[in-house]
Amino acid sequence: MRYLTDRKRAVGLGSARTGTQTHWQFTVRSIVMVVLVPLFVFTFGAGLGGTREEVLAYFSQPFPAIVTGLALVVGLVQLMYEALEAVEDYVHGIPGELARVAVKALSYTLIAVSLFALVKIAL
Amino acid sequence: MVQFTLPKNSKIVTGKTWPKPEGATNLRKFQIYRWNEEDGKNPRIDTYFVDMDTCGPMVLDALIKIKNEIDPTLTFRRSCREGICGSCAMNIDGINTLACIYGMDEIKGDVKIYPLPHMPVVRDLIPDLTHFYAQHASIMPWLETKTNRPAKEWRQSIEDRKKLDGLYECVMCASCSTSCPSYWWNGDRYLGPAALLHAYRWIIDSRDEATGERLDELEDPFKLYRCHTIMNCAKTCPKGLNPAEAIGQIKKMMVERAI
Repeated sequence: MRYLTDRKRAVGLGSARTGTQTHWQFTVRSIVMVVLVPLFVFTFGAGLGGTREEVLAYFSQPFPAIVTGLALVVGLVQLMYEALEAVEDYVHGIPGELARVAVKALSYTLIAVSLFALVKIAL
Repeated sequence: MVQFTLPKNSKIVTGKTWPKPEGATNLRKFQIYRWNEEDGKNPRIDTYFVDMDTCGPMVLDALIKIKNEIDPTLTFRRSCREGICGSCAMNIDGINTLACIYGMDEIKGDVKIYPLPHMPVVRDLIPDLTHFYAQHASIMPWLETKTNRPAKEWRQSIEDRKKLDGLYECVMCASCSTSCPSYWWNGDRYLGPAALLHAYRWIIDSRDEATGERLDELEDPFKLYRCHTIMNCAKTCPKGLNPAEAIGQIKKMMVERAI
């Protein structure tokens, strides 16, 4: 039992003076994805169904490769921050910190692996 | 870590079914949450039957009738009986609202009444709102000025006064905050829709001179940015206010001053 006043409990450690940049970046990425996701779907879809040589040739063109790369990076970064929000919401304390590290590690690994695969296909 | 199941001593059991009033023909069934810390038992749902021919139209009328005529131990807060004081906020038929302005004709079937969700219960339908009020106090719900006090009064244009409409009407009933999942999981740090609506009310008050300090205090990943625009607050507000919009406006002001 701690003899804290109600006000002290409510104020806690005070304001962190952060969050606006994260919020703004979320908004910007969302706007970017409104354009990027349909572009990616149509570009990626156009490359489907061909032979291996045709697909390799298609993704060696700059436009499909760049759109795919951008969609992967922006999409996975957005996914990472959404997952971090969910972790912050539902998991607190040490398990929360560990979950945050795991989400970041997994997201950056996914970005690296997918970019490596794309570069290998495109070049 | 979020708990998804209730502890054993919080599981709700079936309670007492009170006898039907004699000679009544127009009966309505009420299922009401009951809990008393002093008896050490689990919460229960008691069943009451109310004669609607001798009862007022609002849910609070029925609660008062039950307390007066059937079970005097039933405990709930009430005061003004016209949606001004915010005392009788409770969960009726799955909706957080004020019992005094919620008509029984709006409810189909049995009337199910619980205390406001996700708050510690003091007894029966009375939640402990201590932390909720402390959070409200933390946003400094008063006019902060630095200029010397004017001889007569702080003046405000009609246009600036109009900006407070849809904000000042909040009666602090806690229906919105207790309907917000973000507040359920992080109520210790997230201020919740009610406190943030009040914060915005003072931020946009043309007479207030502490706008920057107020925004500084709110700029926090938990205090403000736990709001995920779920909109339960706007849907449930018994006064028809829109706390989610107020929170959105605060976020917009935060971005405006940062970029």
